[in-house]
Amino acid sequence: MDPGADESRTGAQLICEALVREGVEIMFGIPGGAIMPFYHAMWEYRDQLRHVLCRHEQGAGHAAEGYARTTGRVGVCIATSGPGATNLVTPIADAWMDSTPMIAITGQVSSLALGTDAFQETDITGITVPITKHNYLVQSAEEIPYVIKEAFHLARSGRPGPVLIDITKDAQQTRTIPRWDRPLRLPRHKSVGVLDRGAVERATALLAGAARPLIMAGNGVIQSGGAAELRAFAERTGIPVITTLHGKGAFPESHELSLGMSGMHGWVHANRAIQECDVLFNIGGRFDDRVTGKVSSFAPRAQIIHVDIDPSEIGKVVPTAIGIRGDARATLACMLELAPAGNHAAWLARIREFQREHEPRQAYRRRPDSPTLMPHDVFAALDRAFHKHTGYRVVTDVGQHQMWAAQLIEWARPRSHITSGGSGTMGFSIPAALGVALAFPNETIWVIVGDGGFQMTNQEIATMVQEDVRNVKIAVINNGYLGMVRQWQQLFEGARYSGTKLSGPDFTLLSEAYGVRGIMVERPEDADAAIESAWAHDGPVVIDFRVEREANVFPIVPAGKSISDMMVTATANA
Amino acid sequence: MTKPAAHSRSHTIVALLQDHPGVLHRAVSLLRRRGYNIASLAVGSSEVEGVSRMTLVVEQGDVEQVVKQLNRLVEVLQVDDVTHDPTIEREVILVKVAAGGNMHSVVSVALGYGATIADVGMGTMLLELSGSPAKVEGFLQRLSAFGILEATRTGRIAMLRGRATHSAAELVSDLVAAAPAPQSPEQWLSQADGINGTN
Repeated sequence: MDPGADESRTGAQLICEALVREGVEIMFGIPGGAIMPFYHAMWEYRDQLRHVLCRHEQGAGHAAEGYARTTGRVGVCIATSGPGATNLVTPIADAWMDSTPMIAITGQVSSLALGTDAFQETDITGITVPITKHNYLVQSAEEIPYVIKEAFHLARSGRPGPVLIDITKDAQQTRTIPRWDRPLRLPRHKSVGVLDRGAVERATALLAGAARPLIMAGNGVIQSGGAAELRAFAERTGIPVITTLHGKGAFPESHELSLGMSGMHGWVHANRAIQECDVLFNIGGRFDDRVTGKVSSFAPRAQIIHVDIDPSEIGKVVPTAIGIRGDARATLACMLELAPAGNHAAWLARIREFQREHEPRQAYRRRPDSPTLMPHDVFAALDRAFHKHTGYRVVTDVGQHQMWAAQLIEWARPRSHITSGGSGTMGFSIPAALGVALAFPNETIWVIVGDGGFQMTNQEIATMVQEDVRNVKIAVINNGYLGMVRQWQQLFEGARYSGTKLSGPDFTLLSEAYGVRGIMVERPEDADAAIESAWAHDGPVVIDFRVEREANVFPIVPAGKSISDMMVTATANA
Repeated sequence: MTKPAAHSRSHTIVALLQDHPGVLHRAVSLLRRRGYNIASLAVGSSEVEGVSRMTLVVEQGDVEQVVKQLNRLVEVLQVDDVTHDPTIEREVILVKVAAGGNMHSVVSVALGYGATIADVGMGTMLLELSGSPAKVEGFLQRLSAFGILEATRTGRIAMLRGRATHSAAELVSDLVAAAPAPQSPEQWLSQADGINGTN
C-alpha cells in the first residue's frame, strides 16, 4: 500500500501512514462505529501494522503500557467513541502517573454532530485533559499528518506520557492530499536543553564532601537508559543506592552497594539510611508519598539533590538544596566525569549493622512456621527460578503480592520489573503482560497477580490465545481477600474485614476453559516444580497458588507516619 | 517548597497562550484540580496574532507549583507570577445605578473618579470606569449609596512597568522543531542555560 505522494487518500489511510512513519508495529484496540473507517484502512496496512484485538479497552490500554514500559517505545491503543474511549481512561491515567509514552487514538462522532449528545458521543478530550500531556480533537483529514507527528514527539520527549488523539468519523473518511513536511514548532522551554553546569558541579561537590551520602534511583534512570551510568557513578563514589518501586532494575540488587527499596514497605535499613544520611541524591524519582511517608520528618539530616526531567517536580514535595532539570542518564554521565573516587565503607557498615539488627533481608524470606503455603514460599520459589533462568520479565499487579515481589525477588535488569506504581491500578498486570510478551516473544513473561486483580482483567488471556501468545505465565497469589485492604483493616481498623472477603471461580478450570494450562499449588513443597513446569510449557499457564489467607506484608509504615515508624510484625516496631 | 516571599494571599499570574480551542480549559483545570478559586480571569489577543495573553488572579497563598505545572502545558508559551513585580494593574467596570432625583450626585461621583457616563435611562445611569483594582473597589463602594442595579467587571489585567517585557513575538519566533538531544557530557554541559537551572 503506497499511494503516490500527490494522490489523495482518506484520513483513515493517513492515520495508518503516519503510524508507520512513526515506527509503530503493533497496536491494541477494539473497533466500534466511530473508528470503523480507521479499521477499514488498517486492513490495507496489516503487514506493517499489527492489530491486537483485546477484550476490553482497559486491557488494550494496559497492553500498550506494557509494550511501552518494557521497550521504551511508544505504545499505541485504539478505541471507538463513547464507552470505548471512557474505558481507556484508567490506562491513560496509569500511563500519566508512571510517565509512560502512549498514544491513544479514539474515534469521535462526525464533526457536525459534536456537542449534540449523538449516539456514543463522549467529550473524551475534555475528560482526559488532566491525565494527558496533551490531547487533540481532529476534525479534518488535513490535520492528521501533523497532529500524529507532534503527538508522538510529545509522548516520547522530555518526561514521557500519554497523548490522546480524538478523530471525528468524517475526518477519517474525507480524502485529501497529505502534507508531511510541516515542521514541529513547540515552545523552546518544553524541550530539555543542556544541563546547568554550575548546578551539576555543585551537586557533585556536595556529594563528594558528604559523610553519609545516599543515592535514590527512580524511574527516570530506567527511562533514560542510565543504569550503566548509575552503576559506574555509585561504584566510583562508593555511595550506597536505594531504588524506588519504579527504580527496580536500575541497579542490581545483588550489588554490595544496593540497599533495596525504601518507603512504606521498604527495608528497615533502607529507611534508616534515609533518616541518617547527610546528602540524599534523588535521581529520576519524584518523592511519592509511598516513598517519603510523613514529609516533615523525611530525611531530616539531609541536604537534598533532586534531578528530574520535569522542572515542576523539583521542590514539589521536599525542599531541595540543589535542583537540576535534566535527563537522568545525561546528568549521571556528567557527574561521573566530575566526581572524585570515594569510599564510604564506614557508613555502609553502619547501614549493614541496622540490617543485621532489624532482621536481615533473608528473615523476610524465611517461611513462618506454618504447614500451609505462605506467600513467602511462592516468592522464594520464583526468586530461585529467576536466578536459574535468563530471558524473563515480570509484570506485577497491585496489592500485597506487588510489595512481596518488590521485596523478595532480587531485581537485576532495567525494564524487567513492570508494575502500576503511581496509579495503583488493579487489573494492570495481565493485559500489560500481553504487551510485554508481544514485544519480547523469545522471553518468558511472568505475571504475579492477586485473586482480586486477576478477576478484573483475566479475559485478556483469551486475547493471548487468539494471538498465539505462548510466553506468558501467570502466578496468582490467591488468598481469597483483597489482601492489602484486609491487612490495613487487621492492623489499623480492629480487624473489621468490611468488603474485602473475595470468592472466585476455580482458576484452573477457568484456565482450561480459555484453552490454557492451569496448575493448582497448595503445599510449599510443590511451588518449585509448578514454576519449572510452567516455564517449560509451550503456552500460557495459570498457577493458582492457594496461600495462607491472612499473611501480611512487613515492614509497613502506617499511612501518614514517618518512615522512622516501621512495623516489622503486627505488634512490634523497628 | 515555598519561598516565604511568595506568601501573599492573592496572586496575579500572567500567561501567554497559543490561541487554540480548549487552551483555557487546560489552564483553568490545573487550578480547579486543587480547589483554587479564581478571583478573576481576563483573556484576549496579545500583540501577536495567534497568541492570547491571560491575567489570572488566584486567592491562594502559594502558587509556585501551579505556575510550574501551567508551564508544562504544550500551548502555554510563558507563565509568570507577577505578584511581587512592579506592574500596572487595571480593570474595567460597567455599573448601572439608580439615578432619579440624585442624578447630580451620581454625576459628581462619576466625574470625581474619571468615569464615563455610557448610557442614561429612565431613572438609571450606566457608568464606565477603568482603573486600578483599588480605585474600582472604591468607586463601587461610593456608588452603593445610590443603589447599584447591576455591575460587571472585566477582571484584572496586568503588565510589567518600564522596559521589562513579556514579548509574545519573541516567544513565537523562538518556537523550535524538536532539537536532537545532546549525546555527550561535553554537549550536555556546553553552556550555562538559565532555563534549565532551577537554582
